[in-house]
Amino acid sequence: MRLEILSALNAERAARRAAIVVTDVESGAQRLVKAADVAADPLKDVLEHRLRSGKSGMAETRQGRVFLTVHVPPPHLVITGAVHISQALAPMARLAGYDVVIVDPRTAFATKERFPDVPMLAEWPDTALPRLAVDRYTAFVALTHDPKIDDPALIFALARDCFYIGALGSKKTHARRVARLEEQGVAKEALARIRAPIGLKIGAVSPAEIAVAILGEITAELRLPAEKAS
Amino acid sequence: MLARDEEILKAAEEWRRSGRGVALATVMETWGSAPRPVGANLVIDEEGNFLGSVSGGCVEGAVVAEALDVIESGKSKVLEFGVADETAWNVGLSCGGTIRVLVEKVD
Repeated sequence: MRLEILSALNAERAARRAAIVVTDVESGAQRLVKAADVAADPLKDVLEHRLRSGKSGMAETRQGRVFLTVHVPPPHLVITGAVHISQALAPMARLAGYDVVIVDPRTAFATKERFPDVPMLAEWPDTALPRLAVDRYTAFVALTHDPKIDDPALIFALARDCFYIGALGSKKTHARRVARLEEQGVAKEALARIRAPIGLKIGAVSPAEIAVAILGEITAELRLPAEKAS
Repeated sequence: MLARDEEILKAAEEWRRSGRGVALATVMETWGSAPRPVGANLVIDEEGNFLGSVSGGCVEGAVVAEALDVIESGKSKVLEFGVADETAWNVGLSCGGTIRVLVEKVD
């Protein structure tokens, strides 16, 4: 791979933009196609399909056999709530490859001592979230248990196409939340996307176990085909 | 430290920019059960330092050895690993799958 291709690829990845490296298997010729340029590419159909699936692989094209390496941005995890569960979830998610950021305006919770190496914004979601790249490669998790913080954050996340949205709270708490958000004009279909009670059913008790359940559910949403994820 | 996908490609670029000979190995195809998906990367420098993986650790040694050749010659190679047998590289995938790996020089 030529250094300028690798360098351009790393720049796209750093900017959270998808890109595909096309390698001609016969000749070894290589080029980088940025997501924004796919529509104008001779291999448009194949490349569009690959971008959607995010899967690398071989493809037969009019131009011969090519190897397509698909690079989609690393998934993002945005958490509201610098709470006990987040202290376990943030490092676990980082190991699993997520860029993690925590938003919590309560400065007693959002401290460096509690979260030594997680980027943290001690601000209200309305101020903090618009500055973050909340996109289709983002998982959003509401953990404060406080409607003043979680509700506006959920409204923000639901208006983006985050691949996963989950919220802490029992069925009862969630029913009250759904009622509140409906009153604020959020559509029923959008509200149905919220995973609550949050996490896979694994009998989790401790904050760390709940973090495992949440990360498991996020992974399933990211990796399993749509019909199997829920 | 555990290497994440984007760190592997960043390392490939940084290693090359600092003047080291570098090769990039990428899983091209898999058959049967294979531990790492198509597109997974392993980056290797001229001294045999490496980051990332193309299998569960079964064939990395052989890929690193081949990568040193690729760094020297500049010519890309496609390696195939299957169930352990005499013919391939004397290593194999204990999971019983087969993988094909592209090894190319970064320059």
